[in-house]
Amino acid sequence: MAGQKEEDSRGPLIEDQGADAARMRRRAFAGQIIAGILIIFLWEFLTRIGWLDSYYWSSPLTIVRTGWTAITKGTLLQDLAYTSGTTIIGFILGTLAGSVIGLSFWWSGLYAKIAEPYLIAFNAVPKLALAPVLVIMFGIGFNSKVMLAFLMTVVVAAIAAHSGVKNIDRDLEKMLISLGAKRRHVFMKVVVPASMPWMVGILKINISLALAGTIVGEFISSRQGIGRMILYAGQVLNMDLVWVGVVSLSVLSIVMYLGTVWLERRLMRGRNPKS
Amino acid sequence: MRNFALCRPNHPGKGRDRRVSELEVVHCSKYYRKNGEQLCTLKEADMRIRSGRFVSIIGPSGCGKSTLFNIISGLARPSGGQVLLDGKNITCESGHVGYMLQKDLLLPWRTILDNVIIGLEIRGVPKKRARERALPMLQKYGLKGFEYDHPDALSGGMRQRAGLIRTLLYDKDVILLDEPFGALDAQTRLQMQSWLLQIWNDFRKTVLFVTHDIDEAIYLSDEIYVFTHRPGRIKARIDVGLPRPRGEETMMDERFLQLKRELLLMLKEEREPV
Ligand SMILES: Nc1ncnc2c1ncn2[C@@H]1O[C@H](COP(=O)(O)OP(=O)(O)O)[C@@H](O)[C@H]1O
Ligand SMILES: [Mg+2]
Repeated sequence: MAGQKEEDSRGPLIEDQGADAARMRRRAFAGQIIAGILIIFLWEFLTRIGWLDSYYWSSPLTIVRTGWTAITKGTLLQDLAYTSGTTIIGFILGTLAGSVIGLSFWWSGLYAKIAEPYLIAFNAVPKLALAPVLVIMFGIGFNSKVMLAFLMTVVVAAIAAHSGVKNIDRDLEKMLISLGAKRRHVFMKVVVPASMPWMVGILKINISLALAGTIVGEFISSRQGIGRMILYAGQVLNMDLVWVGVVSLSVLSIVMYLGTVWLERRLMRGRNPKS
Repeated sequence: MRNFALCRPNHPGKGRDRRVSELEVVHCSKYYRKNGEQLCTLKEADMRIRSGRFVSIIGPSGCGKSTLFNIISGLARPSGGQVLLDGKNITCESGHVGYMLQKDLLLPWRTILDNVIIGLEIRGVPKKRARERALPMLQKYGLKGFEYDHPDALSGGMRQRAGLIRTLLYDKDVILLDEPFGALDAQTRLQMQSWLLQIWNDFRKTVLFVTHDIDEAIYLSDEIYVFTHRPGRIKARIDVGLPRPRGEETMMDERFLQLKRELLLMLKEEREPV
C-alpha cells in the first residue's frame, strides 16, 4: 500500500514536453535568483564575523556604498561609458572585418590555402602581449584600446567564418548554378546564410575577448576607463574601490552578453531554431 | 534464346527530321583523372530526345548517369563531344535546362515557399511577385499547409516535391531528374510516381529521369536508355509504347511484364562480377 502511494506522488515519467520545459525554466530561474542572493548574504556574513578578511574581500554593502560615492562624487559612470564604448567598437570592427576575411576565402580556394597557415599563426600570437607596442603606436587614448579589442576579435571571427565556408555543401552551389546563378548569387544566397551560425556562434566569445583587450589596454596606460580605475585603486591600496571596479566590469560583461544574445536572435531570425 | 527485338541501337542524327526543343547529346565522353590514372566514366554517349518526351536512364550505380546529367546541365565539361539544344551548342553552359540533383538540396534556413522561388529570385523577380507565383503551385501540387515550414519538418517525399517544384518554377523546357525517388520507401515512391506523371501531363516538359528501379522506368517513360557497367556506354534504347494515361493496371499489362523481363536480363549482364 505504502509503496503504491509513493509511486503516485512521483507522477508520470513522460509528460507533455512543452509544459515540462516551461515549468523547468521557471523553477531554474527561481533557483538561480535564490542562489545569487544566498552567495551575497554569505559573503556579507563571512566578512562580518571575520572568517573572510574584509580588507581583501571587502563586503557587498561596502562595495555598494563605495560604488555610490564613485558614481556621485567620482567618474565611475564616465569610466563605464568609456570602457564599454571602446569594447563595443572594437568588437564590432573586429567581428565584421574577421567575418569578411573568413567569407572572402570562399572566392578562391588558392587564396584560402595560402592564407590559412598565416591565420592560424596569427591566432597563436598572444595579442595582449602586443599591448605596449600598440599604446606607443596608437597613443594612450581611445585608439589603442579599440585596436587591442579589434586584434583580439578579428582572428576568431575570421576562423569561424572560414569554418562556415568550409562546411558548405558543394552541391548547394551546383544546384544554384544549375538555376542560372552567378557566383555572387551563390555567395549571397548560400555562402553568407550557411556560414551565419558559425559567425553568430562566436559573438559571445568575442565580446568578452574585446573587453579583455580593452581592460589590458587601460591597464597599460590610460586616463580613463574601469581598467585605469582598478589599477589606480590598487596602487593606493583601496581594495573597496578595486571591488567596485570588478563588480562594474562583471555587470558590464553581463549586459554586453545579453546584448549579444539579442543580436544572435536578430541575425538568426526567420530560421528554424534547429538548423 | 533472348528476344531483343524491341531494342534498337541508337543512331542519332540519321534520317529523323529535326524538331524544335530537341535535346541532343553527341558523342559525349568523360574521363576523370584519379591517382594519375585516367578513369573513363562515360563513353561516347549519343542521345536524341524529342520534345515533350519522358525518357528514363537506367544502369548500374557508378556508370556515369549523374556525370551525364552534369554534362547536359553545363556543370561539367565533357572530355569530348557536345550537347545541343534545338541545334544550339550548350556544352558547358549552365542555365539552359532545369536540373534536380540527386539530393533535394533545400536550404534549411529558408521556408519551403522561399526555397522554391530561389530560381526566380536569381532571375531578378521581386520576392513578393515570386511568392505570389509559387503559392498556387505549392498548393496545387501537394504542399498545401507546408508553405511556411522549414525543410526539416517535411518527409522525404514532400521535400522531393519541393525540390521538383523549384526546378519547374525555373521554367525550362527540359528538366533532368537524378534519382528523385531513390531514397523513398515503396509506398511513397508509388504516390510520387503518379504525382510526377500528373505534373508532367500539366506542364508538358521534356523529362530525363535517372532511376535504378526497372518498374519505375517502364511505368513512367516513353523510352528508356540502358547504360552498361563502367565505363558507361549506351547499351540499348527501348521504346516503351504503353498507352497513357497510365495507372496501376499498367503494371499488370503483358507488355509491361515483357519489358521488365528484358530489362532485367540486360541489367543482369551488367552486374558487377563478384
Ligand atoms: N568530380 C569527380 N571526380 C572524380 N571522379 C568522379 C567525379 N564525379 C564522379 N566521379 C566518378 O565517376 C563515376 C560515375 O559517377 P556517377 O556519374 O555519379 O555515377 P552514377 O550516377 O551512375 O551512380 C564514379 O565512379 C565516381 O567515382
Ligand atoms: Mg548518381
